[in-house]
Amino acid sequence: MIHSLFLINSSGDIFLEKHWKSVVSRSVCDYFFEAQEKANESENVPPVIPTPHHFLISVYRDRIFFVAVIQSEVPPLFVIEFLHRVVDTFQDYFGTCSEVAIKDNVVVVYEVLEEMLDNGFPLATESNILKELIRPPTILRTVVNTITGSTNVGDHLPTGQLSVVPWRRTGVRYANNEAYFDVVEEIDAIIDKSGSTVFAEIQGVIDACVKLTGMPDLTLSFMNPRLLDDVSFHPCVRFKRWESERILSFIPPDGNFRLLSYHVSSQNLVAIPVYVKHNISFRDGSSMGRFEITVGPKQTMGKTVEGTVVTSQLPKVVLNMNLTSTQGNYTFDPVTKVVSWDIGKINPQKLPSLKGTMSLQTGTPKPDENPNINIQFKIQQLAISGLKVNRLDMYGEKYKPFKGIKYMTKAGKFQVRT
Amino acid sequence: MKPMQRLLQLPVSAVKLLKPLCQEEGQSRMLSPEGGQQSWYNAVQPDELKLLKSSAAPENQEEDPAESGHTQPIRHDDLKEMLDSNKDSLKLEAMKRIVAMIARGKNTSELFPAVVKNVACKNIEVKKLVYVYLVRYAEEQQDLALLSISTFQRGLKDPNQLIRASALRVLSSIRVTIIVPIMMLAIKEAASDMSPYVRKTAAHAIPKLYSLDQDQKDQLIEVIEKLLADKTTLVAGSVVMAFEEVCPERIDLIHKNYRKLCNLLIDVEEWGQVVIINMLTRYARTQFLNPNHNESLLEENPDKTFYGSDDEESKQEEMDTALLPKRKPYVMDPDHRLLLRNTKPLLQSRNAAVVMAVAQLYFHLAPKAEVGVIAKALVRLLRSHSEVQFVVLQNVASMSIKRRGMFEPHLKSFYIRSTDPTQIKVLKLEVMTNLASETNISIILREFQTYIKSQDKDFVAGTIQAIGRCATNIDEVRDTCLNGLVQLLSNRDELVMAESVVVIKKLLQMQPSQHSDIIRHMAKLIDNIMVPMARASILWLIGEYCEHVPKIAPDVLRKMAKSFTNEEDIVKLQIINLAAKLYLTNSKQTKLLTQYVLNLAKYDQNYDIRDRARFIRQLIVPTEKSGVLSKYAKKLFLAQKPAPVLESSFKGGRVVTHGDVFITVPDVGVSEWTKPSGREKRKEKVEKPFYSDSEGESEPTESADSESPTASESESMSEIESASDSRSDKESDEETKSDNEKNKKKARKEKSKKRDESEDSGQSEGEEKTVKKRKGKEESSSASSSSSSTSEESSSENSSSESEEDSESDTEKKSRKKSSTAKPSLRALEAKQKEISLLDLDDFSSSPTFQTSPSPNTSSKSLNLDLQGLTLTDTTVPSEVVSPSLGAVKTYELLHRITGEGLSVEYCFNRRPFSPDHTMVSVQMQFTNNSETELKNLRIGEPKLQAGMRMQGFKDIAILQPGQVAADTLGIDFCDSTQAANFQLCSQTRQFYMSIQPPVGELIMPVFMTENTFKKEQGKLMGMNEIKEKLTLPEQFRSDQAIVQRVMSIANLGRVPCGLDNEYRFAARTVSGGALVLVTLVTKDGGMAQLTINCEKMVIGTMLVKDIMQALTQ
Repeated sequence: MIHSLFLINSSGDIFLEKHWKSVVSRSVCDYFFEAQEKANESENVPPVIPTPHHFLISVYRDRIFFVAVIQSEVPPLFVIEFLHRVVDTFQDYFGTCSEVAIKDNVVVVYEVLEEMLDNGFPLATESNILKELIRPPTILRTVVNTITGSTNVGDHLPTGQLSVVPWRRTGVRYANNEAYFDVVEEIDAIIDKSGSTVFAEIQGVIDACVKLTGMPDLTLSFMNPRLLDDVSFHPCVRFKRWESERILSFIPPDGNFRLLSYHVSSQNLVAIPVYVKHNISFRDGSSMGRFEITVGPKQTMGKTVEGTVVTSQLPKVVLNMNLTSTQGNYTFDPVTKVVSWDIGKINPQKLPSLKGTMSLQTGTPKPDENPNINIQFKIQQLAISGLKVNRLDMYGEKYKPFKGIKYMTKAGKFQVRT
Repeated sequence: MKPMQRLLQLPVSAVKLLKPLCQEEGQSRMLSPEGGQQSWYNAVQPDELKLLKSSAAPENQEEDPAESGHTQPIRHDDLKEMLDSNKDSLKLEAMKRIVAMIARGKNTSELFPAVVKNVACKNIEVKKLVYVYLVRYAEEQQDLALLSISTFQRGLKDPNQLIRASALRVLSSIRVTIIVPIMMLAIKEAASDMSPYVRKTAAHAIPKLYSLDQDQKDQLIEVIEKLLADKTTLVAGSVVMAFEEVCPERIDLIHKNYRKLCNLLIDVEEWGQVVIINMLTRYARTQFLNPNHNESLLEENPDKTFYGSDDEESKQEEMDTALLPKRKPYVMDPDHRLLLRNTKPLLQSRNAAVVMAVAQLYFHLAPKAEVGVIAKALVRLLRSHSEVQFVVLQNVASMSIKRRGMFEPHLKSFYIRSTDPTQIKVLKLEVMTNLASETNISIILREFQTYIKSQDKDFVAGTIQAIGRCATNIDEVRDTCLNGLVQLLSNRDELVMAESVVVIKKLLQMQPSQHSDIIRHMAKLIDNIMVPMARASILWLIGEYCEHVPKIAPDVLRKMAKSFTNEEDIVKLQIINLAAKLYLTNSKQTKLLTQYVLNLAKYDQNYDIRDRARFIRQLIVPTEKSGVLSKYAKKLFLAQKPAPVLESSFKGGRVVTHGDVFITVPDVGVSEWTKPSGREKRKEKVEKPFYSDSEGESEPTESADSESPTASESESMSEIESASDSRSDKESDEETKSDNEKNKKKARKEKSKKRDESEDSGQSEGEEKTVKKRKGKEESSSASSSSSSTSEESSSENSSSESEEDSESDTEKKSRKKSSTAKPSLRALEAKQKEISLLDLDDFSSSPTFQTSPSPNTSSKSLNLDLQGLTLTDTTVPSEVVSPSLGAVKTYELLHRITGEGLSVEYCFNRRPFSPDHTMVSVQMQFTNNSETELKNLRIGEPKLQAGMRMQGFKDIAILQPGQVAADTLGIDFCDSTQAANFQLCSQTRQFYMSIQPPVGELIMPVFMTENTFKKEQGKLMGMNEIKEKLTLPEQFRSDQAIVQRVMSIANLGRVPCGLDNEYRFAARTVSGGALVLVTLVTKDGGMAQLTINCEKMVIGTMLVKDIMQALTQ
C-alpha cells in the first residue's frame, strides 16, 4: 500500500525519507513541488497528486508536508488517516512534531516508522504498543542507557498486540488511581451581518486521562444522552451497550485518549454566547476607513467568557490601522493584513471595544466585501449543549479511584460576516 | 558524470526505466528543484569532518563517485572501525549514524559488508538497525545479503514470537530472488505458527513474495486459503490484504469465510477493517442482488448452505439465475443483511477511512431507505483535517448527484467560511449546487450572494459558475440569476466580469430573443474586457444572435478586425466566426470586413486559425468549385444550437468508484491502475441486469462519446448533408425573406430550444446510467468475456428499436454500433477510413455513406459541437440528445390572454416520448403571465376526459410573476383518437376551460425499420388497411427535401431508407396502441404522385392521408 514516505519542510527540503518496499527515487517529489508552486498556499496543495507511475498523498501539519508515495489502488483516506496518525505518534513521542524534533530523534523516528508499517500496511499504530516496542526518549533514559548499555527497544512482543484489548497493556500500576474526563464543546457558527445566526452547531468531545491500576471496566452514563445526535467512539467503547442503554461501557486505554466525539443535533437551538457589534466602512476615494468592534456576552448561563481573541483578515488595500482598545491589546500585521485583538475576560458591565481608523492605499477602489471576523473564546464550567454526565462506575478492580469531570465550551469555527 | 546528469534530467518515466543504472545517483544526489539540498551537506559536514580526524588512513578510501563532484569526499572508515569493534555501544553509535544518513537519503551502500557482519549481534537495538539497513540495501547487494540469511533462518526457530516474527519480516523484505524457495518455506511454516502475531506477519509476507516472484501464486493461494480460515481478529485484516493483492479474482475463497469475516469485523483493528469492508463491498456487489433494483426482481438463491460449500458449480448456478429475471418481490438475502448490520456500527469509528469504507458499502449495497444513515457520518468527517475534508467532499459531491435527498438536511454544514482553503470552498460549492432544488434555492442563492463578494477571486469565479448551473437546472430562478449576473458585469474585477460573461453566454443560449438588451450590453463590454475567454464568448454571442443586434454587430466586427493581430487565438477564431456569420446575414455591410479578416487569418502564425480561415472562405464565398457546400453555408453556421448543459464535473463514470483514489483526482487515466481484471468482470456482470432497461436511451450518447474525434467530425459532415435533405428550400433562400417570417422563425427557434432543455433535464438520470453502462461495456470488451457482451448487445438492439430516436436510419445506427463496440484497433481503422472520405470532399455526395436518411436534429447538434470546437464550451459538452424529426413545430393557442385575464397558454406537440409513460403524447405547455399581478397556484382541475383517456405530468405552478414565462410538459393518452382532451385550468381566483385536440400526425411516433421489414409489414397490411390516393405536386414541392420536410412536419414519421429515387417511405406507430403506420409516396413525371398508407387503424389512415395530401398540395 504505502510505498515510501517523504518529509518535506516549509522551505522545500526533503529531510527524511523512508521506504517500505523497494526504493522510490526522491525525484518523485518534483511533482509535489510542482503542485505546491501552483497552489501558492500550503493548505491548497491537493492531497492527492497523480504522477505517471505513482500517486502522492500528502498531509500538511506543523509546517511539515508528509508525502506518501503509493503505487496501487488504495482508499485515499486510508493513507491520509494513517499519516495523521504518524504525526500524532510523533507528537506523543517527542512533545512536538517539528522538523528539529524529528531530526534530533531521527533514529527513533525510523524505528517507529519501521514498526508502524510492514510492506506498506499498518502493523502497529496504537501508541501503547509502540511505546512498549520503542520507548520514547527521555533525558533520564538516555543517561541510563549510555551507562548500562541497555536499549530503547523492547525485546518482547507487546502484550497489547495479542490481547482483545490492544489499546491497554497489562500490568499497569499506579499509586494514585485517578480518572479525569473533560467534556469540551465547540460552537461552529456563521453569524450574518445583522447578527442573526446563519448556521450553528455544537461539536463536542470527551477527552479522558485515565491512570488506573490493573484492568478496570468503566461505565459512564449521561443525564441526557438524547442530546447526542451523532457520535464516534474510541474502539474501546462497546457499541452494543450504547445502542441499547445509551451507556458508555469500556476498558480504558492507559493514559490520555479521546473517548468520544459527538455532534449535538442541529434541530436544537444553539445558544450563541457572544455577540459582536461592528462598524467597518471604507469610503470610496478616501484614504481612511472606520473600524469599530464591540464584543459582549449573550446567553452565557451566568458564566464568564474568557480567552476572547478577535481576528480579522483585512483586505489588501489596508496599509495600517490606528486603533484604541478599551481592554486588551491588538496587533496588526501589515504583511498578512491580519488584525488580532486579544481581549481576555469579557466584563459584562464594561464591554470591550476596539475603535479607530484604517489608512488605505490611495487611488485604489474600495473593497467589495467587509472583512469577516473570527472569534475565539472559552467558557469554563459549562457545556453549552446542556450535556451532563450522570455517573461513572468502575468494575473489575477493588480499589476506589478518584474521579473528576470538567466541562468547557469553546468557540470552534466561529465567524461573523460583516 | 555528464551522461548521468543528462539521464537524470529525463522525465521520471524514462528515469524509471533506467532505474538500476542511475539509482545510486538518484538517491545520493538531490533532484529537488530548489537545490536546497546543498545546505544539507553543509550542515552535515562538520560532523563528518570530526569523524575524519579520528580516521587513521583517509587516503586509501574509495570515494563515493556521486559525491565527489559535489563536496568533499566522504569516507566511512571510522564507521567501519566502529562496526568492527567489540563494544556494542560503539556499534550502536555507528548504526545510528548510518540510519540517520539513510534517512536523509544518502548512499551508504559501501558499508554493506561491515554492517551485515553485525546481523547476529546480541544487542537487540543494533540488530534492529542492521535489519533496517539490510532491507534498504539488500536488493542492490544481493550476493552479500545472502550472508545474512542463515541468521534469519535461525531466528525463525526462536522461542520468542517477536524474534520469529521480525526474522520473517526481514527475510521476506529482502528482495533477492535466489531466496524465494526459502521465503516460501518460511511463510508456510509461519502460517501454522502458534502465535497469531507470527501468522499475521506471514500474511504480510505473502504479497511481498508475490511481487518478487509471480510464479509462486498457486502456492501462495494455498497459504491464503489456510489463513483465511484463521479465527483470530489479528490475522483477518492482513490476510484479506494479501488476498486482495495476490488473488482478488478467487472470490470463491471468500464464500466459506464470509460470515466469519462479517462477524469478526467489529473487533478487527481499524486498518484491517478498511480492507475487509472494501473487499466485502466488492464481494457483495458481485454475489448479491441490487436492493434498489425494483423492476426485474430476482429470486434469491435458495441454497442457504451456500457458504458452507466451495462448489464452483453452485456459484455458476447462481450467476445463471441472476440472469433470468423473475417477477417476484425482492427479498434481501440474510447474508446481505448480515453485512449491512455488522458494518453499521463502524460508521461510528474514529477512523475516517473506516467510516468512508462503510459509507461506500452502504451507498452501493443498502436499500434506498437505509442509505441515509451515512450522510450524518460523512458530515461529521467534515470537522476533521482539511485533507480528510477534501476527500470526503469529493465523495459527497459525487454521491449527492445520485441521492440528493440524503444530504439535503445537512445543507448548512456545507456553507463556506472565509477561512476555508480554496479547494475546499470549490468542493463545497459543488455540493451546494448539487443539492439545489426548488425548495432551497432561495437560501442557496442568498449564500452565493455573500460569496460573490469574497476576496478570493478564484472562489468567486466558481460561485458564478455555480449560479449558472443553478439557473439552468431550476427554471424558476433563471431570470433572477441572469439579472444578478448582469449586475456583476459592472464588477471592477476583470476575472469576475469575464466569468460572468462566460456564464451569461451559456444562459442566454436558452432564451436569446428575450434578452437582446443584455447582448447589446455585452457588446459594449468588449472594449473593456481583456480576458480572452470572455471576449471570445461575447463575440460568439453577437455572431450567433446577430439578428437581435443588427446595428451593433458589424461595428463590433470592425473594431475586432482592427485589433485582430493582437488578439489571443481563441478570440481570433471567434472573430473569424463572427465575420462568417455576419457575411451570411448582412453581406452588404460586412463583405469587405470579412475578407479583410480572412486575409489576416490566412497569414496567422497559428495553423488552427489558418485552417479555420481556409475552411470558412471555401464555405461562404461562392466560387465555381465549392458550389455544393456553400449553398448550405447558412445552415452550417446559423443552425440552431442547443444550450449547453451545465452539469457537475462529478457526474459520470467516477460514481462507480467511490472512495477510490482516483475519485479525488481529476482526469486520471484509469489505465494507470493495474486493477485486477477479475474484479471488473464481476462488477460488469452484476451491473448488467441492473441497468439494461436504460439502454435504449443510452445508445446515442454512448456511440457519440466513444467515437474518435475525427470520426465524429466526418459523421457530422455526413449529417450536414443529410440535414439538408430534410429542410425545405424555404430556408435555403432565406435571405430574401421578409421580416415577418423571420420573426416567426425566431419564435420557433425559441420553442425548440425550450424543448431541448426540458429533455435534457428529463434525460439526465438516464445519462448517468449511461455513463456507468458505458464503462461496464468497455470493460467487458477488454476482458473479452464475449458471450455476455454479445447478449448485452442484442438486448440493447432490441430495446433501442423501441427507443425514441427512431428517425435515425439503420445504416447509421449500425455504423455507430460498430464504432462503439469494436476493439480500439478496429475503431482506429474505421476512423481512418472516415478520414479518407472526409478528405475528398468534392465528390462526397456520391459516396454511399452519406446517403443516409435524415436525422436533422442530431446533426445540427453534433455540427454545433464541431463549430464550437472554437473551445467555447469549457464545461461539459452537451450530450447528444435524441430528438425526433421535425420541420417546424406548430404552436397552438390554448388560452388567449384576453380571455385568460392576462394569463396566456400555448401548447405544442414536441414529439418526444413522454418519459414517465411512453403511451402518452407529450404536450409542451407554455404559460405566460401578461398581467400586472402575480398569478398563484396554477393547477389542473378535474379533467373531463373521454373513456380511456388519461393525463398526467402536470406540476402545479406556485407563483407566476408578471411577465414570467413557465413551461411544463403534459402527457396525454389520446387512445389513438383525435378527440379533444378537455380539462380545467384553475388559478387561485379563476377557472378556465381548455381543450387540446391533437392533429392525427401527432398521435404517432417514428420507428426504425429497414427496407425489408417495411416491405414485409406492408405486405401484412393490404386490402382494407391500405388507402391509396393520387395527387399532383405543385412546383415548389417537387424536390426531395421539400417532400420529406412537408411530410415530416405534418406527421411525426420516421424515414425508412429506400433504394429507389422516386420513392419515399416513412414508418411510425401510434403512440397509445402501437399500431404500425406505413407511408409510401411515389413520385412520377410531371409532379404526379401516389400516396399509399397502410395502417390497421383505418380512421387514422384516412385522416393521415387527408392531412398529408393537404400539406403536399398547398
